[in-house]
Amino acid sequence: MKAALQYILLAAFFGVLLATVVELPPRGDLNSPVHQTVTPVGSPVAGTYYIQNAYKDTRTPNMVTVILGDYRSIDTLGETIVIFAGGMACFFILNTRRRKP
Amino acid sequence: MSTPSDNRARDECLDDRVKEPTDSPIIHVASRGIAPVILLIGMYVFFHGHYSPGGGFQGGVIIAAGILLLRLSLGTSLSQAIMPSRVALRLSAAGALIFAGVGLLAVLMGGNYLDYHFLPIPGLTPDYLRYYGILAVEVGVTLTVMTTLVAIYDDLAGC
Repeated sequence: MKAALQYILLAAFFGVLLATVVELPPRGDLNSPVHQTVTPVGSPVAGTYYIQNAYKDTRTPNMVTVILGDYRSIDTLGETIVIFAGGMACFFILNTRRRKP
Repeated sequence: MSTPSDNRARDECLDDRVKEPTDSPIIHVASRGIAPVILLIGMYVFFHGHYSPGGGFQGGVIIAAGILLLRLSLGTSLSQAIMPSRVALRLSAAGALIFAGVGLLAVLMGGNYLDYHFLPIPGLTPDYLRYYGILAVEVGVTLTVMTTLVAIYDDLAGC
């Protein structure tokens, strides 16, 4: 009974995802919303600015590095602190140096 | 090769097997040959992140893989020379502080947080200031990622 319910739920989610994927715009479609310079509500798309100005702003050819290190650098700072916090957690949980007699 | 800090690390091991070098001469020689190449590739991936796929996270992980290869093959006590266990987590904190410090430096010079345009490096146009600001930030990321992975291994091994 429980297993049957699980399979029914899985099938339902599969159907939802399949219906979504079918409705996606084709790759490279210039008329799709993600390739416009303004969003449907009229505000500018941030990605367009990045693509057009990344090299002019930083003289760095790798656009991904520019976005990670400059435009979205506070996000990268958060990632770094998460990794450091993970190391600290492992230190406090796993470290047995002081407990040894 | 043996310094007082090495002896201290050797005495504090919980499991004696992780501190001894491997018995196999093949693994011993091969790892000593491969590890410098891995470290060099890690440095390349880190410094070439401005021009090709790569950067702080990827380069740091590759450098950590080179150090951990030496940890596994030479044992924890012989491989203390390349990265001592007791400085690993401190360097990790230093990396995060470098990142945050670059941001605070920009604030002190009158800009927004992490706005590299205001970094006090004379003789550079704003675009190249951002170029070197990204590089300084990536140094911090690399340091944190590399030393955190080594520190987690050392905690797991109990050395």
